[in-house]
Amino acid sequence: MKRRHFITHTTLAAASGFVTLAGHGWAWRAKAQSGPAAALAANSPRLIVVFLRGGTDGLNVVVPYQEARYYEARPSIAIAKPGSQGAPDKSAIDKSAIDLDGQFGLHPALQPLMSEWQAGNLAFVHACGSPSETRSHFQAQDYIETGMPDVVANDGWLNRLLAEMRNENPTQAINVGEKMSLILTGDETVASITANGAADRPLPIDRPQIQTAFDRLYAGKSQLARAYQEGRRAREIVLREISEEMMKASRGALPPEQFKDSAQSLARLMTSDAATQIAFMELGNWDTHVNQMGLMQRNLGLLATGLKTLVKDLGAVYNNTTIVVISEFGRTVAENGNGGTDHGHGNVVWLLGGGIQGKKVYGEWPGLTATSGYESREYESRDLAITTDFRDVLISLLSQQFGFGSGAIARIFPNYQAQKTLPLV
Amino acid sequence: MDAPQKITHVLNRLSLGIRPGDRAKAEQMGVENYIQHYIQQQLNPSSLPEPNSLLVRLKALPTLTLSAKQLFEQYAVDNQADADTQQAMRQRQAQIFQEAMQARFLRAIESPRQLQEVMVDFWFNHFNVSENKGLTKLWTSNYEQVAIRPHVLGKFRDLLMATAKHPAMLVYLDNWRNTDPNSPQAKGGFRGLNENYARELMELHTLGINGGYSQADVESLTRIFTGWSVITQQQPTADASGFVFVRDRHDPSDKVLLGKKITGGGPDGGLREGEEALALLAQHPATARHISYKLAQYFVADDPPEGLVSQLADRFIATDGDIKAVLLKLFESDAFWREAYYQRKFKTPYQYLLSIARAVGAVSPTEQDLTRIYGFMNQLGMPLYRCQMPNGYAQVEGPWLNPDAMMRRVSLAIATVNHRPPENKPDPPALQATLGNQLSAETRAIVNDAPMHLRSALMMGSPDMMYR
Repeated sequence: MKRRHFITHTTLAAASGFVTLAGHGWAWRAKAQSGPAAALAANSPRLIVVFLRGGTDGLNVVVPYQEARYYEARPSIAIAKPGSQGAPDKSAIDKSAIDLDGQFGLHPALQPLMSEWQAGNLAFVHACGSPSETRSHFQAQDYIETGMPDVVANDGWLNRLLAEMRNENPTQAINVGEKMSLILTGDETVASITANGAADRPLPIDRPQIQTAFDRLYAGKSQLARAYQEGRRAREIVLREISEEMMKASRGALPPEQFKDSAQSLARLMTSDAATQIAFMELGNWDTHVNQMGLMQRNLGLLATGLKTLVKDLGAVYNNTTIVVISEFGRTVAENGNGGTDHGHGNVVWLLGGGIQGKKVYGEWPGLTATSGYESREYESRDLAITTDFRDVLISLLSQQFGFGSGAIARIFPNYQAQKTLPLV
Repeated sequence: MDAPQKITHVLNRLSLGIRPGDRAKAEQMGVENYIQHYIQQQLNPSSLPEPNSLLVRLKALPTLTLSAKQLFEQYAVDNQADADTQQAMRQRQAQIFQEAMQARFLRAIESPRQLQEVMVDFWFNHFNVSENKGLTKLWTSNYEQVAIRPHVLGKFRDLLMATAKHPAMLVYLDNWRNTDPNSPQAKGGFRGLNENYARELMELHTLGINGGYSQADVESLTRIFTGWSVITQQQPTADASGFVFVRDRHDPSDKVLLGKKITGGGPDGGLREGEEALALLAQHPATARHISYKLAQYFVADDPPEGLVSQLADRFIATDGDIKAVLLKLFESDAFWREAYYQRKFKTPYQYLLSIARAVGAVSPTEQDLTRIYGFMNQLGMPLYRCQMPNGYAQVEGPWLNPDAMMRRVSLAIATVNHRPPENKPDPPALQATLGNQLSAETRAIVNDAPMHLRSALMMGSPDMMYR
C-alpha cells in the first residue's frame, strides 16, 4: 500500500517531536492572527474539485454516439443516439443522449447542465486520465489526488496548490466529506465540513468555559495541538457563516440530498467572509459492475443538481471559479455479464465555470476500434485509450486562470513536464 | 520503556483500552510477571471465562446465532410482496444490524478476551465487507460470527477460505454473479465474468499490490471463481452456510495462476479449483509479507521497522500462516517494546471511543449507550460495518488526524462524560488512577487545576487519550 507507506513518514516525523513546517504549515499557521478573514476579492481565482469515486463510466457521460463499436460493445447499456426516432416506446426518447457537437452526446440525466453548455461555461476533455496502468481504485484515486501517478507520495496536489496561494485565512481551503481527503492532505491545514451537516451543528467545544480548559491541554506545538488550534479557528468562522437555518436544513439529510446541501454550504463559505478559495467534494457509488443504467441515472442526477446549486449560489464568484469533475479511471468499452462495466482506463474530465472556454469537447478522440486507440494497448485491448494526461488539463487551468508560472507548476506537479496546453480559459 | 510504561503499552496495544483495576492488578503481580501472563492468556482466549453478565446480554440477541441460510429465509425481502409488506420486511431486517452492533460493542467493552476483540477489528477490516450492498445487509453479522471470529488467532488459510465462501463477501465483491459467458447457465443477470473479487483477493486480502501478479492472473482467478455464488430464491440450497457452487456457470477449463497450472473441472465440476487457488495464495511469500506488514503497522508503528516485518514474515511461512505464532513473535520482539513507539499509535475512532467506554468502567451498557457509540463513530467518519471501500479503514494516523476531527473528538469526549447519569459519572480521581501514567505529568497538572465537573471530560479528551 503505497499510500499508507507514505503517510507513515509524516506520522513518525511528527510523533517524534520533529517540526519542519516552518514557512508554511501548522507551525506558521499557529502564529497567524485569528481575526475575521479578509474578504477575498470576487475576481480572485477559485477552484473546486469534485471527485467521483469508484471509476465513472465516461463513455456513458459524454457518449461517442457516432461510433458503431460503442453500440456493438454495449448491447444493453448504451445511451441511444440523440433524438432517436421511431423508438418502440416514448420513454426511449428521454433516454437518448443530448447532442453536444455532432460527435458526442450528453447523458440525459445531465439535462440540467445544458444551459451551462449553451452559455459556453461547460467543457469536457475526453480520453483523459492518469497514465498509470493500475486498475485498483485505491491506487488510481491516490494517483489522481497526489498528482503523481505510479510514485509514492504523501501529499495531495490541491494542498500543494494551497501552499502557493496561502494567506492567513484558516478557511481558505475546505474539505467536504467524512474525513480529510488525500488531495488536500499535506503541510497546509485545511478546514472541513461534513457531507451530512454534522460539522455545522453546535458542539460542546463551542461552549466558552470548556474551550478555555481544553485550550490549555492543546497549547503546545505538536502536530496534534496545532490540529486542535486550527480546528478552533476554522470552527469560529464556519459557525459564523453558515446560518442556523442552513444547518437545520442539512441536518439529517439523506445521502441523496447531501451533495446538494454540501454544495450550498460550500458556496456560502466561498462567497462570505470565510473567503474559501479551494475546495474539494466527493460523490461515491460509481463502481458500476452491476446494473449500471439505473445507478448512473440516479448518480448523474444528484451530481447535476449539486453542480447547478453551486453555479446559482456562487453568484458573481462563479465568473472566477472553475469546477473540475474527475474520477480515478474510466470503465471497459464493452459491458460485462451483469449489465455493468469493469475497471478501465481513459475517461472524461469535466470543466465548469464562468471563465471556461466551454461548449467544446477537448482532447483527441482515439476512437474505439482496433485501428485507433481501443486496441492499441497490448494486453489491455478493452479500454478507452488516454490521449490527454489529466495533469495537462490542470496545468493549463492553473497557468491560465491562476497565472502560475513554471516554478509554481513544478512544485504543484513535481517531475512532470506538460505534454500539451489546452486553451481552457 | 520503564515498568509503568510497559503496563500501559501492553494494555493499550493488546486490548481496546485500560479498565479500572487493570493497573492495580499488574502492580500487584509484578510487571514482568504480569506482562508474560497477560500475553499468554490473551493469545489463548478460551482460558479466559466470559462474565455471566456478558453472556446473558449476548444470549438476548437471537440473530447472532442464525445461519446464513436461516437469515435469508427469515429476513430476505420478498420482491413479489406488496410495497407495504416489503417496507415492513426491510424494517425488520434492521434488527440484524442492531444486534451485530450491540454484540460487537458489548464484547469490546466487557469481554476479558481483549486480544480476540482487537483481532476481530483487525481482520474484519482486512477482509472488509459493507452492509450497504444488497443482500450483504442480511449477512454482515453472520460474516463476523462465522467467517472472522472463530479464526482470528488461527490459521490464515482458514480465515481466507471462510471469507471467500461467505455469502457476504460473495455479494459485496460481486462474485456471486461471476459467470463463464460460454457456460450453459449464462443468462439474465449472470451472463459474464466479473473480476471484482479476484482482483481485491490478490491486491488486498493476500499478495498485496506489489505482490507480483499480473492482469492475466486476475483474469485466470476470475475464471477459477466462476460459479461461486449464494443462496437466492432461484438458487435454493440445503447448505446452512448459504454458499452455492453453480456448476453450470463455472468455466471448467485449465488455468494458469501465478505460473502454476490449476487443472480445471473434475468430479466436483471445478469447485476445488477455487480452494486450490486460495491455498496457493495463502502460502505465497508475498502474502506472508503483506500480512506481516499490516500486523506490524497495527501493533507497532505506522511505519514499522523492516527487520520486524521480515521476522514476522519468516514466522508466518515457518508456521504455515499461524496467526497466534506470528503475534507471539511480534509481542516478544524488541521492536514492540521500543520506547520510541510508546503512546505513538493514533487511535482510530473505533479505538478512541471504546477506550473511553472502558476507562470510565462502563458495566453492562444500555442499548442506548451502545447506539450512542455507534452514532459517534459515524460522526467521526468510521461507521461500523459500513466502510464502502474494500480496503477497509485506515489504521494509520494520517487520514484521522486533522483539525476538524480534533474538534469532534473533544466534543464527543465531553458529551460522553456529561451524558452519564449523575450517580454514574466517572469520579475524576478514580479515572486518573485507572489511566495512571498514560496521562503525562503536564496533562495531570492542567486537569487538576480545572473545575472538578470538567476534569473527567478533560482527561477523556486529552492529547494522551488520543494515542495508544
